Amino acid sequence: MAQPLIEEQAPETVAATTPGMLRLLLSNRVAVVAGAVVVGFAAVALLAPALAPHDPTDQHPEAIRAAPFWHAAADGRFLLGTDHLGRDLLSRIIYGARVSILLGVVVVLLTLVMGTGLGMLAGYFRGWPDAVLSRIADTLLAFPFLIFALAIMAATGPNLVALVAALAFKGWVDFFRVARGDVLAAREADYVTAARGLGASTPHIIFREILPNIVPPLIVLSTLRMATIIIAEASLSFLGIGVPPSIPAWGTMVADGRGDIAGAWWIATLPGLAILALVLAVNLFGEGLRDALDPHMRN
Amino acid sequence: MLQLIPVLAGVSFVVFLTMHLTPGDPVEHMLGQAGRVTQEQIAELRAHYGLDQPLIVQYGVFLEHAARGDFGPSYSHLGRPVREVVAERLPATFELALFAFVLALALALPMGIIASLRPQGAFDRTATVGALLGISMPGFWLGIVLMIIFGLRLHWLPISGRIDLGLAPPPSTGLNTLDALLAANGPALWSALKHLILPGAAMAAPMAAMVMRMMRSSMIGVLGQDYIQFARAKGLPERTVVGKHALRNALIPTVNIVALQTGLLLSGNMIIETVFQYPGIGKLAVDAIAAADYPLVQAVVLIYALSYVMLNLAADILHAALDPRIRSPRSAG
Repeated sequence: MAQPLIEEQAPETVAATTPGMLRLLLSNRVAVVAGAVVVGFAAVALLAPALAPHDPTDQHPEAIRAAPFWHAAADGRFLLGTDHLGRDLLSRIIYGARVSILLGVVVVLLTLVMGTGLGMLAGYFRGWPDAVLSRIADTLLAFPFLIFALAIMAATGPNLVALVAALAFKGWVDFFRVARGDVLAAREADYVTAARGLGASTPHIIFREILPNIVPPLIVLSTLRMATIIIAEASLSFLGIGVPPSIPAWGTMVADGRGDIAGAWWIATLPGLAILALVLAVNLFGEGLRDALDPHMRN
Repeated sequence: MLQLIPVLAGVSFVVFLTMHLTPGDPVEHMLGQAGRVTQEQIAELRAHYGLDQPLIVQYGVFLEHAARGDFGPSYSHLGRPVREVVAERLPATFELALFAFVLALALALPMGIIASLRPQGAFDRTATVGALLGISMPGFWLGIVLMIIFGLRLHWLPISGRIDLGLAPPPSTGLNTLDALLAANGPALWSALKHLILPGAAMAAPMAAMVMRMMRSSMIGVLGQDYIQFARAKGLPERTVVGKHALRNALIPTVNIVALQTGLLLSGNMIIETVFQYPGIGKLAVDAIAAADYPLVQAVVLIYALSYVMLNLAADILHAALDPRIRSPRSAG
């Protein structure tokens, strides 16, 4: 009986060491490229003021809907042309990365901390906190997320604080479920029993013994959630109830360009291409991470 | 079933609350277009719509009326009952959602199965990349790209509305395609279908992608099981092995994803209807948001929430029907 059990454990223990995970991740060429693209987007967002050739909100009335570089009538000053107000498209796309990435990171961190904290609480102490939190989580799970965010944003109008709240409202539930399940399993594990037997305090067991062991699935979930949040934010901004119109955001830019698709298709499509590229890279990186951290999920 | 009640109570309360936290007063909104009005007239209208009552009383009234499908008069549709305005648009949305649903499954299920037969083969790789793109693409952007390519460049398909002017069949069900069929009106049917293709495809893409991935991975999982090897060893033809033995078991996890994704299809609906100027309840809601028409937004959000919850329930029931293991012990026998 003991022999097959050990064999089953073997691949997990190889990957479960940090260098092992890293080696697996680095051997996945797609994930490495995707990770580089994500880092590239983050760098563009950070360095936006230095990279953008124009102020993204400056209007150039003399160059409204200027043509991009591949066009015969291109205006040399604006590489990707300008929109219906004469704002430089390239600069707006560069600045647009800021809001997408910032909101994605803030919302994911918020939901990660909240969901993991509550999940560990529920999983470790069980009893009534678990019953109450699990009931709330189940109820929220049945909420239609985007429609819900829409109802909140429709009421408050475009503003960043409400947007973070609307996007985070339900997001913590995913982290809660993963953390709770893993802690429930871990609290009966031998290493926890051993730590308890050696007289370790409850906070020590939770934070020093259990937490490091449930981090890998939470990292994977964070990455994949980030992709969802970026699309949700862009969708709300597209509808005019996400990011305030004064801040350049990709979803808003697609909406702004909608009226020009017959004559200047690039105004609406290029910012969307930026969303696609970033979300695709985040998704591919997340899937690479999952394969490296969690060999069971591979198929 | 019991899950339904807290969810609906929660949704209705938050919807009610959020819509009343707005800075703009709907009465001011309505009168803003009417020109000069006195304070008395404003107070009178507030009283008429019950906006002068305490919030909790307003919620009670709202719930009681909502249960009867009565959302009061719409602020932005000349005071017509919300119920009437929504009922007018509901068939259009139902038709589009149904079309997108069928399209998504018609693409995803066969593609998932074919991809699973040769993992890492050419078809599998192409389909996997396609699915990843479908998941990573914002629906509104895909809609616009489809409009540009198939509508504006190739002139193959219309980019807005439900049917060509003057072709609308006599309404009996409200579903243009079905009405055209009932009236045996070929041109109307063709026109209605053409108007569904682009918004339907944009709406179906993320769902098709998710369902295809699930179908593929659960088929791969099932095809590796011992009983499949056994069925093959018995000499059963491959078609029976895949089509009967494997498919039935691989469908169980897929059904869950289908229901979940249908819920997301509904969220996409609002955006896609806006992009394509499609006259359904999604477009209605987005316009109502701009007009601060609370009752109308509330009604549409509740319809979406109710459909979502019902779909989850349907998934649970179907799941139980397909998987004997989770049936109650009495019926499992």
